[in-house]
Amino acid sequence: MLKFFNCDLHIHTCLSPCAELDMHPLALVEKSIQAQLDLIAVCDHNASANVKYALAAAKDRIKIIPGMEITTVEEVHLLGLFPTLEALEKMQLLIDDHLYGQNDEDRFGVQAIVNEIGEVEGLSDKLLIGATDLSIDRIVDHIHHLEGLAIPAHIDRESFSILSQLGFIDETARFDALEISKHKGIPKARLDYPELHRYPLLTSSDAHFLRDIGTAATRFLLSEPTFAELRMALQNFGGRRVQED
Amino acid sequence: MKVKTIAENLGLKVVCGSNALDRDVTGGYTGDLLSDVMANSKEGTIWITRQVHQNIVAVASLKEHAAIILINDSQPTQETLEKAETESVPILVSNLPAFELSGKVFNLLSCR
Ligand SMILES: [Zn+2]
Ligand SMILES: [Zn+2]
Repeated sequence: MLKFFNCDLHIHTCLSPCAELDMHPLALVEKSIQAQLDLIAVCDHNASANVKYALAAAKDRIKIIPGMEITTVEEVHLLGLFPTLEALEKMQLLIDDHLYGQNDEDRFGVQAIVNEIGEVEGLSDKLLIGATDLSIDRIVDHIHHLEGLAIPAHIDRESFSILSQLGFIDETARFDALEISKHKGIPKARLDYPELHRYPLLTSSDAHFLRDIGTAATRFLLSEPTFAELRMALQNFGGRRVQED
Repeated sequence: MKVKTIAENLGLKVVCGSNALDRDVTGGYTGDLLSDVMANSKEGTIWITRQVHQNIVAVASLKEHAAIILINDSQPTQETLEKAETESVPILVSNLPAFELSGKVFNLLSCR
């Protein structure tokens, strides 16, 4: 039987330089449960070291999808969501080879790796706020090769979005869905972007602070909150779907 | 001024669209945000950018640009090349950064 699940597929942790330190895996999980979310994706900028701790903190209390918000060479933010932690770790290998520079904590913020009980395991010194030198097409290919979902983030924003950087979405693009920022929301996006009618749209909190969790989510009609079900819903398989209002 | 004249004067490498180098250039525009270029550039523009994604061809063709110049020796992707060849959009490559190249193109366009 199908029912509605609340999904937020874009939540950062304290590994993202612009996120608060309190946004560690355990706190993020607790807050997501409190906010009555059923399924969340943990997506840091070009990094993923906190995802395994979020999985450990969640146990079976809430379903977590391993993800990453990747910066393409065009400076487009692209969400990659993966069926397994192993697939995400393979994606990370490619990103690590194509991301340069060192973080400056005073300017960009601290990038903390924190375990499932809230202890700091280390700091990332990579320039996570930077862009990779990989084209969006190459990254989409690799995400699909790893059986993940490729979703351009906050397409309506005036910076770091596919529409700001690349002007429009060409017919050959193979995105699995498009993310609309919570400020616009899906119904308004449907009116503003009639040319994108063939894409499923979703909206997320893009939370960088604990207080952001629960401020936006997308309702999916699924039989259970899993990655496989999510993929089927994006393809409208067997009655599964995204609830747009 | 023709695209060809600018290419010769500034030593630009023509990577595609060599059959369309006699187009008139009436102005220039520098930008990497395609949304901005679509909104603000004009017909007859020679467009200076660092973006190499195939969407640059669609933007140049939609806005009826005279040509695209890629800065910093950036190489267009295969898809971009193919699209530009089909749509006859000249793509030129410069080894200069955007600031210097824009200055040179500006001087060329204003000295006549
Ligand atoms: Zn983003
Ligand atoms: Zn984000």
